[in-house]
Amino acid sequence: MALTGVLRPGHVQMRVLDLEESVKFYGDVLGLVETGRDAQNRVYFKTWDERDHNSFIIRQADKAGLDFYAFKVDSKASLDKFEADLRAYGVSTERIPAGEMLETGERVRFEIPSGHLIELYAEKKDVGNGLPYVNPEAWTALAEKGIAPIRMDHILLYGPDIEKSQKIFEDVLGFYLVEHVVLEDDTTDLAIWLSCATKAHDLAFVRHPEPGKVHHVAFQLESWERVLRAADIMTMNKVTIDMGPTRHGITRGTTIYAFDPSGNRFETYCGGYSSYPDWQPIKWTVDEVGRGIFYHDRKLNDAFLSVVT
Amino acid sequence: MDKHRITIEDTCESYLQSGLQTVLAGMAALGRKHIPVGCHGGGCGVCKIQVTAGTYEKRVMSRAHISAEDEASDRVLACRIWPTSDLRLKVLGKMGKSLCCETAASGTANPSSKKL
Ligand code: FES
Ligand SMILES: [Fe+2]
Repeated sequence: MALTGVLRPGHVQMRVLDLEESVKFYGDVLGLVETGRDAQNRVYFKTWDERDHNSFIIRQADKAGLDFYAFKVDSKASLDKFEADLRAYGVSTERIPAGEMLETGERVRFEIPSGHLIELYAEKKDVGNGLPYVNPEAWTALAEKGIAPIRMDHILLYGPDIEKSQKIFEDVLGFYLVEHVVLEDDTTDLAIWLSCATKAHDLAFVRHPEPGKVHHVAFQLESWERVLRAADIMTMNKVTIDMGPTRHGITRGTTIYAFDPSGNRFETYCGGYSSYPDWQPIKWTVDEVGRGIFYHDRKLNDAFLSVVT
Repeated sequence: MDKHRITIEDTCESYLQSGLQTVLAGMAALGRKHIPVGCHGGGCGVCKIQVTAGTYEKRVMSRAHISAEDEASDRVLACRIWPTSDLRLKVLGKMGKSLCCETAASGTANPSSKKL
């Protein structure tokens, strides 16, 4: 197997201010599939095409924002090894028992210097995408319900000490830098885009004074037309759009940033190039960051650096 | 439905809106910018205001930005209140625009002074 270790983003748990309003939003407007609720009153979703039981979990809380972001690893042996390696690197870890999240195996949780909780796990039940594993069709009716993304794709986190978080992902977990924005001192990164496989990014960070903040969770769509269709659906449902439809210079993805009913930003994203670990990272200078983030507007909007949950 | 007059005491400007829109949405729909506009969902806190006169209905707001005491003293998020009378308010929220306070402070020029 060529792809080993950390395979991909696996699940993210977000806090919402009103659970039922958010269930309606994520189910009917974004078009995720609800797959369960647990005793803690968390609601589990996946995209129509994801095969594992859940990728997006919400719970009601008095603050919006991120609880944790998790990556799936290729085996229980890798999970054990990553846990040992993290500890040897000086990162404390916590084991969360199998079943604490529905249909999900043991998780290793750790906090990174930017103030976010990250998890690794090896097992989540394959519930399928509704198509058989032998001679399937191309899609199901759920592929047309709401915005209907294909997968939970990546996250952009805001916090301090992003270079320290970067080192943990690179040195211990095998991630590599794909693109970065360098501040005027030509040394300090304002923002970094990291990949664990061949996507342009699985995880990104922007340097920010407050720890543990989230800028957006991104969901992948199939085409630019689907991004435009997503914008129509947002307007029909009075969803607040922050930016777009437009393109990012960085990663080249086409995109809309918008907000869920609790003010958590999400992205409906398409494209982005394939990257490989032997490639040289792409550098952006801070005077061109506007074009890097919003390729057509060529300037940041006020909300990009200020509005997070 | 009756329109309510919203008056921003900081700038003495005012606008009319219905009670079907939040104070923030009513302002933004007119293309105005007195109150910082963020998530429109009560999560990010940039639209924090002090209501100084008038009545309103409200929905749940993030406790990261509005404490119970704030709420009791009419310090609320403009995106989570609906006017039920004319309102007067002061703007409390800000956009923190700096491109990284830690490092930008040591640089020669402040990047946030550029049009970002
Ligand atoms: S705009 Fe984000 S809390 Fe009001
Ligand atoms: Fe993104």
